This record gives sequence, C-alpha cells and structure tokens, in this order.
Amino acid sequence: MSPTNMFAPVSTPAESIFGLSLFVLATMAMIFVVVFALLAYVVIRFRNKSRDDRSEPAQVYGSTQVELAWTVIPVLIVLALFLASARVIASIQNSARPAGALEVVVTGHQYWWEYRYTSLNIVTANELHVPVSDPAHPTPTFLTLLSADTDHSFWVPRLGGKTDLIPNHPNQMWFDPRETGLFLGQCAQYCGTQHAKMLLRVYVDRREEFDRWVHQQQQPAQNGSTPGQRIFETTACVNCHTISGTTATGRFGPDLTHLMSRETIAAGAAANTHEMLRLWIKNPDAIKPGSKMPAMGLSDRDVDAITAYLETLR
Amino acid sequence: MSTKTIVLTEVPARPFPLRLHEWVTTVDHKRLGILYVLYALVFLLVGGVEATIMRVQLIRPHNDFVSPQAFNRMFTMHGTTMIFFVAMPLVLGFGNYLVPLMIGARDMAFPRLNAFSFWMTALGGLFLYFSFLGGDGLYGAGSAPDVGWFAYAPLTAKTFSVGHSTDFWTLSLLSSGIGSIGTAINLIATILCMRCPGMTLGKMPLLVWLNLVMAGLVILAVSPLSAAQLMLLVDRYLGGHFFDTQAGGSAVIWMHFFWIFGHPEVYVLVLPAFAFASEIIPVFSRKAIFGYPVMVLATIAIGFIGMSVWAHHMFTVGMSAGANTFFVLSTMAIAVPTGIKIFNWLATMWGGKIRYATPMLFCAGFLFQFLIAGLTGVTLAVAPLDWQLGNSYYVVAHFHYVIVGGILFTIFAAFYYWYPKVTGKMCDETLGKLHFWLFLIGFHLTFDFMHIPGILGMPRRIYTYEPGRGWDIWNLIVSVGVIFQAAGVLVFAGNLLWSYFRGRNAGNDPWDAWTLEWSTSSPPAAYNYAVIPTVRSRRPLWDLKHPDDPDWRYE
Repeated sequence: MSPTNMFAPVSTPAESIFGLSLFVLATMAMIFVVVFALLAYVVIRFRNKSRDDRSEPAQVYGSTQVELAWTVIPVLIVLALFLASARVIASIQNSARPAGALEVVVTGHQYWWEYRYTSLNIVTANELHVPVSDPAHPTPTFLTLLSADTDHSFWVPRLGGKTDLIPNHPNQMWFDPRETGLFLGQCAQYCGTQHAKMLLRVYVDRREEFDRWVHQQQQPAQNGSTPGQRIFETTACVNCHTISGTTATGRFGPDLTHLMSRETIAAGAAANTHEMLRLWIKNPDAIKPGSKMPAMGLSDRDVDAITAYLETLR
Repeated sequence: MSTKTIVLTEVPARPFPLRLHEWVTTVDHKRLGILYVLYALVFLLVGGVEATIMRVQLIRPHNDFVSPQAFNRMFTMHGTTMIFFVAMPLVLGFGNYLVPLMIGARDMAFPRLNAFSFWMTALGGLFLYFSFLGGDGLYGAGSAPDVGWFAYAPLTAKTFSVGHSTDFWTLSLLSSGIGSIGTAINLIATILCMRCPGMTLGKMPLLVWLNLVMAGLVILAVSPLSAAQLMLLVDRYLGGHFFDTQAGGSAVIWMHFFWIFGHPEVYVLVLPAFAFASEIIPVFSRKAIFGYPVMVLATIAIGFIGMSVWAHHMFTVGMSAGANTFFVLSTMAIAVPTGIKIFNWLATMWGGKIRYATPMLFCAGFLFQFLIAGLTGVTLAVAPLDWQLGNSYYVVAHFHYVIVGGILFTIFAAFYYWYPKVTGKMCDETLGKLHFWLFLIGFHLTFDFMHIPGILGMPRRIYTYEPGRGWDIWNLIVSVGVIFQAAGVLVFAGNLLWSYFRGRNAGNDPWDAWTLEWSTSSPPAAYNYAVIPTVRSRRPLWDLKHPDDPDWRYE
C-alpha cells in the first residue's frame, strides 16, 4: 500500500475529496462504458467489408433531435457534477475554525520546510507534529502557508489536498487527522534544483505524546561549551542556523535547537544517523546535489567535533 | 520559338545554393507550410530525445543517470519545444498549406507577412537552443533554462535564475509569439477575404472554420503571453517589479498571464486536430460530415468558453471558494461542445463504409483516446480533486493524453492523408500501419499507466523519487513504453523519406475525396489553380462526381 495514496484518507478534507472522487469517477466510468461501446461498435460494424464494393453509402447530413439529445444529456451531467463540487469546495474552504485548533505557520524555503507554532513558541523544521483529532472534540490543525523564496506546495495526500506556498500571498489549509502515525508527502510545486527532495513528514501524535513533544521542544538547548560548539559558533554555520540560547541565530536554514528529536535530515532526504549527519556536514551535495547548504571545507576533525556537538541537541 | 521551348524544359536541376535561396526567400504558402512542418519534425525528434532522457532517469527510484540540474533543463526544454516548436509550427504549417487550397485561393492574403512569421518562429527555436551554448555566455556551456515550461515567478527573477538561460527562453517565446500572431492575422484575412466564388462561410470545409477560430484564439491568447514576456524582461533588466516578489511584485499575476495564454493554447492545438479529424473521418467513412452547422457552433462555443477557463490551472494557489466554483463550472462547460463533436464524428461513421487506410486508423485511435482524455479532464475540472491530483503525474498523463493521444494522432493522420497531395507520392501503407501499431502500444504503455503514480502521490518535475511509495513498477512500465513510441516515430520518419523517393505516384485524388485541394495537381502548381474554381456546396468534388445527386440540393 502506498503511503501517499489519495484514496486512503484519514482526515475530513481528504475524506470529502475522496467521497466526491468516487461520485465523479463513477459518472466518468459510466460515460466511458457507453461511449466506448458505441465507438467500438461503429468502428467494427461499419468497416468496409468488400474491397470491390465502390458504391457510396446513404448520405445523412444531420438530425436535430439526435444532436439535441447529446447536448442536453451532457449539460445535465455537468450540472450534477458542478453542484457536487461546489458543495465540497465550500465545506473545505469556508469551514469554521474551532476553539481547540492548533495554529502552525509553514514557511517554504528552497528545499526545506520551516514550522512555527506561534502560540506554543516552538520553531522546528521538516517534521511537523500535530495532535490526533477526536471527531467528538475536534482539534484540527490550521496551517498558514508562506514562502521565503519561490513557490512551493504542501501536499500530504492522506491528510488533504495541496495548497501552494507563494511569496507575498499567504494561504490557509487545514486537516483533522483521525489516525495517529507518520504521513508522508512532498513539495508539489516546482521550486528549483532540489524540488524532488523537499519531502514532507507529518507525525500525528496521541494527545499525551504531542504534549510531551511540545514540552521538550520548548526547552532551550543545553549549552555545554564543547569544542564542536566553539567551531560551530566561529564558522559560517551561524549565518544560517539558529540554536536557541546560543549565538547561532541565522534564519536561512533550519532551526537546529532540537535537531536530534528529528528522525531525518535534509528535509527527509536522509535518516538522522551519525554517518549521514557527518556526511551532510562534510559534503551536502553527496546527499542532495544543488541544496543551498554549502560544503564548508572543514577538516575531518572539525566535522567530527561539530557532528558530536549537534548530536547533543536533543 | 521551338528551340527555346526545348531549352526551357530541359533546364537541369539548378545548383543547390540557388534552390536553397528559393526556399529561404519563398513567399509561397505551400513552401512555407512545408518549411513549418519540416522545422517541427526536427524539433519533434529533439523533444523526443529530451523526454527519453527523463524516462531513463525515472526508470527506478534514486537513479543517477542525469544530475538534477540536467533533468530540470530537460523537462523545461521538452515542454517548451513540444508546445512552441513542434505543435504550433505543425498546426500553423498545415493551416498555411491547406487553407488557401481548400478555399480555392492562390495564396494567403499577405504572403510576405507569412514568410516573416515563419522566420520569426524559426528564430525563436534557435534562441531556445542557443541557450545550451549561450546560457552562461559560452563559459561553462550547458545552461539551458530550468524554470519549467510555465516558468512561474519568482523562479525566473534574477535572484533565482542567474545567467542568461531564462532570457533566451523569454526571447524565444516572444519571437515565436510574434510569428504565431502574424500567421493568425494572415489566416483570418485569407479566410474572410479570399474564398472562391460560391464559397459562403456556411460552405467552407470544417477545416477552414476550425482554423478561423484557432487563429482568433491565437491572437487572444498569445498577446498576453508576449506581454508577460516583455514584463519579465523589464523585471530582469530595467528594474521592474511586476513579478519580483522580493520587491512587492506578484507571483500570482504571472500565473494569470501565463494561463490566460496556456489554456486557450490547448484549444489552439486541438481545434486543428479536430479539423483534420473532420476532413478525414468523412472521406474514409464515405459519408458527409454529420451535423455541419452544429460542428461549427460547437467550435465557436469552444473558442468562447475556452477563454474563460484558465484559472483551473490555479485551483491550488488559494483563490476564494467563489472563484474556484466559477472555474469549475466554466471548465466543465467545455465538455458539452467537445462531447457534441465526438458524437457527430461517431454519427458520421454510423452507416458508412469505413476504409481503414493509415489516416483513418490514426483517426480511430484519436476518437478512443480523446474520449478518455476528455473524461480525465472533467475529473481535473472538479477543484477538490484537483487539490489532490493537480501538479501530479495524473495531470501529466492527462495532458499527454490530449496532446499525444488526441492532437499528435490526428497530426499523423493528416501527414498520411495529405502527403500524396504535397509530394505527389503515396506514403507506404505497410510502414504506415507498422507506425500506427507501434505508436499505439507505446502510447498506451506510457500514458495509461502514468495516471497511477499521480493518484499515489507522485508530483511532476521531480528528478528522482523515494522507494517504497508504490511508484516504482508504474514508472518502469511508463519508461518501457517510450521504446515503442520512439520506434514508431523512427518508422514514420523513415516512411516519409522512403516514400518521397520510392513511393508510387498518387495522382490528383488518391482518396476519392471531396474538398477542392484534390481537384488540382499533386503537388499543386505555384498558383494552385489555373482557373479559380466555383463551388455550390461544402463538397464540390462530390458534386462533380455525382452530378445526379449533388450536395447542394440538401444543404
């Protein structure tokens, strides 16, 4: 089973789209069967059977009744499809925001995602954590979609349709997942060289898990003054990355305050293991050619030290 | 006197430079039509190679056949090439060649404008491909545009698109756009002013009607595209901020400009495809077109409605619920006149004696495939479905179904149908049928199965994908289909060459057809008709062949 199958919805917007798609597909299948059968019949039945027969068939120039029929029937089908679509559009786009809703500001960057939980004072990247929503007491997640550079699009098929992140054009979308688990997706609007590896991971947590995650994310980074931290803070790393409570306050790249709480690095392109992290710091192009993170030309010793430091950021 | 005549008829073939000079300076609509078509065929091969490179890269997850940079250039160049330098020159070339002949005229209304338009289009293609050398100013050559064929802002801004590759893309579209508008004006003037005596608007062949509406759409659609290209150039070089989001410009405005061109462009391409089908299906079914007036009305309706559907390409950009709802309705409305056309072709074949020569085989393929393309089009018109399927491989499969399964199939049909008129030689039927079956198998392997990864969440324009998403097997099948399509196209190219030198003579009217072009010699003389014909019905040659039962009694 594909983890990104739009026909396996787990939240209200995805489910209403799924329901509508069944209606639309059934209608299309019906039309297909009828017209395909007609075409096949005509193509076979009226082929010229004898090569010697050069006589012309009866010439028919048209028929108002028949033509009226195949105008009116499609008009009625279109009207039905249109009304069904209009209802779903309104139900998804104009739905009210309940009190328990979680707010996250999503900013698309070239090849990674920034998440700001403004009311919870959390900043993280690439792995979105949201609470599961109980239909009796819905706690949907509302996303405000922004872009720092080019156009992107947020698409996790099992949670809902996609919405673009466009600079100077804030957008909204929401979902209320009914199931816990990890839901995958990826950027769906071409945004540059590494559009393909701008992957989306949404973790739907049980309420207690989510609260624990929030609590952990709200802690400041531990400040141990290790050799790795000194190297990190005296190289260009700090121009792009933030580690809260330290002098690293860059915003061009992902916030690393709780890097080790994430399962992946490089927007899902690699697992967050010691080897991959070290390789990513040493030579980002080896994992994600064309990513905006430069190879810093660090010595192996410095890379080891920085890797060791980053591994303390839990 | 007599010696002089002998000398004239025995003039040896003139040297190549002289003949080349004749072709370069020609203002004859037939030669320009052939130039358009040959030019498009060269680019068809180039665009096909680009597609093949992409399909090799996507044959399995995490493949590294090409770099992401190269892949992004390939899909940008493939899309731009196929739309602007294959499809457009093909339909304009056929229009150029056929319209004056079918209305009994000796040339287009403005022959010099015609030549100018062709060469502007040709220049556009050269601009586009020069970017491979000049994108980085020759140093480190190999920098074709990589912004996608609809080049969304702000990816095209100086910040994100350094070097000159985007400029070559812009100049290329601007230049070919001027050419297209020139030819469109020319077609309209020709059709409105140059019809032979007796040919009222209601007696024009459907091909001519469809070209008239197509030309109107070109003027309406290509103008905003050209305007947007100029604005982009102003942004990039004169400090404008139309699309520069870093300075308060609007990325969404570019989308509107592009798609008010982009969607009518689909109809610019598909109306000529309908035109070919509307000429070929009746001749090979041996029946008059069913419901001519309704076919004309449906065409005009497609033209009008087609101008009001563009924002269905933008269902995911965050338009209001009201705007989304409007564009759902307008887009679905297109299905009605299009459906009428399919039913009328079907009724034309009903009760006929269908001869399956190669042109008709391709038209039959077109009918089935266009049906499917239309139905998947309706699913995409449903905005909520588009929120899932938009920008996925489902969309890629859908529009290739339209452009390849619909448009290219009828263009192949048109090649086989009018080749005898243009060259005086018949195309080889065995090779033609081999081409048809190879291409049909390849087409369905590639584009039927391409819908599935889209439904399973695979976005377009990704140079590679993660394993474990259920996409692998489908991508493999899609890539295998390319082999059959490529083989089909090579057979086609071989057939065109072989038949030119070895084909049997066609005579004036090999298909026993009914429109005026079949009454003159093959190939037609420079002046088309020694005597301008007079017509009384939509099928003047039917009237000639059946003096006892002429069409004009019933029209």
